[in-house]
Amino acid sequence: MSETSSVLSYIQEKLGGKILGALRPQGDDVVLLERTGLRESFRIFKEDPGLDFNFLSDITAVDYWKRQDPRFEVVYQLTSLLKRTKLRVRVPVPENEPEVESLTPLWPGANFLEREVWDLFGVRFSGHPDLRRVLLYDEFQGHPLRRDYPVNLCQPRVPERHVDGTFVDERSHNKLMRLKHSLGRKS
Amino acid sequence: MKAEGHELPSEVMELQMGPSHPATHGTIKFNLKLEGEKVLACDVEAGFLHRGFDKSCEQATWTQVIPYTDRLNYASPLINNVGYALAVEKLIGAETPPRCQYIRVIASELSRIHDHLTCCGMAASELGAITAGFYMIEARETITQIVEQLTGARLTVTYVRIGGVRHDLPRGFQDSVRQSFQKIRKLLADCDRLLSRNRIFIDRMSNVGAISQETALGYCLTGPILRSTGVNYDVRKTFPYLVYDQFDFEVPLGSKGDNYDRFVCRIQEIEQSMRIIEQALEKLPVGPVWIDNPRFVLPEKEKVYNSIEGLMHHFKIIMEGILVPPGETYFAVEGGNGELGFYIVSDASGRPYRVRVRPPCFIAMGAFHKMIEGYMVADIIPTFGMVNMIGGECDR
Repeated sequence: MSETSSVLSYIQEKLGGKILGALRPQGDDVVLLERTGLRESFRIFKEDPGLDFNFLSDITAVDYWKRQDPRFEVVYQLTSLLKRTKLRVRVPVPENEPEVESLTPLWPGANFLEREVWDLFGVRFSGHPDLRRVLLYDEFQGHPLRRDYPVNLCQPRVPERHVDGTFVDERSHNKLMRLKHSLGRKS
Repeated sequence: MKAEGHELPSEVMELQMGPSHPATHGTIKFNLKLEGEKVLACDVEAGFLHRGFDKSCEQATWTQVIPYTDRLNYASPLINNVGYALAVEKLIGAETPPRCQYIRVIASELSRIHDHLTCCGMAASELGAITAGFYMIEARETITQIVEQLTGARLTVTYVRIGGVRHDLPRGFQDSVRQSFQKIRKLLADCDRLLSRNRIFIDRMSNVGAISQETALGYCLTGPILRSTGVNYDVRKTFPYLVYDQFDFEVPLGSKGDNYDRFVCRIQEIEQSMRIIEQALEKLPVGPVWIDNPRFVLPEKEKVYNSIEGLMHHFKIIMEGILVPPGETYFAVEGGNGELGFYIVSDASGRPYRVRVRPPCFIAMGAFHKMIEGYMVADIIPTFGMVNMIGGECDR
C-alpha cells in the first residue's frame, strides 16, 4: 500500500499544518483535516487549479462513541469532474462542542446535507442559513444516529399542531387552541 | 411596475401542497409562498417516510442489509443491491468473477430502464397523456417480468449478494430479454409519436424548471438532472466500475436543463441501457457467479446436509455474519436518478458500524426550490415528476 499519492502530497504542501493525517485505504485519497478554518480549506480544495474538486458529493458523519477521542467525524466526499479524482475529507469533531463551519456558501447543495447531519447526529454547522431538522419533526428529542441513542426508544406522541396556512376545521378549533396554548409554539 | 387598468390583489398567499397530494407520489410537502399563481418561495419538507435505514443497518449483519437496500429506491432496487455489494467488496478487497460482473451490469441496466420508464410514464400521465403513460407502464411490465424471472420477485429483489449473485441467469433469459426489448422499442416509438411533437406536452415541459449548469453543480445534482444541463458526469463513464468500460454506449446530454431535456435524456438512456444489455448478453463469459472464498460464500446445500464441516460453515456465516475487515470506504454507482453512493464503516464485529447512502433524490429535493421559483403552481407537477423523487430513498 503506497502511503502517498500526487493529490495527497500536493494537499499537504498547500495546507500543511491543517492536515492531521493522510491515508490511502483501498486506493482512495483520504485526508484528516483540522476543523478550524474549515471553509477556507475547502475553498482551496475547490478553487486551487491543482486540486479542482468542484463537486461536493456527500456530507455525512460517523459517531465513534467510546471508541475515538474526538467523538464525531464529519465526512465529506469531493469529486473533481475534470481531473476524474475523488477525495474524502474526514474532520474530527469533539463531543463537548459539536460544531463545524458550514459549506453552504461554497456549495448551496450542502444546505440539505448539513441539515440532515444536524438532525440525525446533532452536529451544528456555524454559518448555516437555516439549520432545521429535515427528516424528523421539530418536536423530536435527541439525535437518533448517535450511538448512545437506544434503537428501541419511543418518542412521546406529538399533539396535532396548527400551522399557518392550514385549513382548520371549526370542530377541532378549540382543541387546537388549547394545544397551541400549552405548547407555546413559536411560529 | 404599475400595471394599467385594474389590478388583481397581489397579497402573498401561503399554501401547503402535500404531503398526500396526487402528484407528490411518495410523500413530500411543499410549503409555498404564492403571488397569484406564481411561486415566490418553496420550502420542501421531507422525511414523511423516514424509517431509520441507517440505524436499522447498524443492528443487522452485513448480509441482512441487502433487503433494506431494496427498499431505498424501489423503482430500481437492483442498482441499490449492486452498489451496496460493491462497497462491501471494496472494503473486503474482493473481486467477483467476470460472469458475475456481467450479470450485475445486466441487472443494473434492467433496473435503470425500469426507473426511467416509471419516471417518464408517470410524468406523462400527470400531464394528461394517459395513453403514453400506460404504454410506458406496459413496457415497464415486461421489465418487471424479466426481473421476476431473474430474481423470483418483482420489486423486493434481494438478488445480489456480497461476493456474487444469488443464482445464475435462468434458462431462456436471453430470449425473453430480446422479446421484451422488441416490445419496449415499439412502445417507445409510439410514445415518441404521441409526445415528442405534442403541443401540450412541449408547452408544459419546455423551458419549465430550468436550471443553469453552475446551479446544478453547486447544488450537488447528479444523474439526468445534471446531464440535462450539459455536464457530462455519469459515474459509469467517469469512474468506470464493474465491466462498464467494455461496452459501447453514449451518455445523452441536454443543453437547457429544463424538464423537456430531462425527459429526453431519460428516454435516450433507456435505449443506451438496452444496448448495454444486448452487448453484455452477447459477450457473457462462462464461469462461476460467486467468488472463490469460503469466508463469504455459503456452502452448497449438499455439503450442509451431509457433512459436519459444511453445516458448521453454513451456521457460522448465518449466525455470525460475514466478517468485514475494519475500515471505511465510499463507493458510488450510477443509480437511476444519479450518483448512488454507499459510505460504510466496519469495526470487524460482523455488523456494519455505519452505512450511509448518498441519496440522489434527497439532494435533488434540496435544489427543488431553485427549479420551481418563478414558475407557476401547475409547473410543480412536471418538474417534480422529472426529479423522480422516490420516498424510500429520499427519506430513508
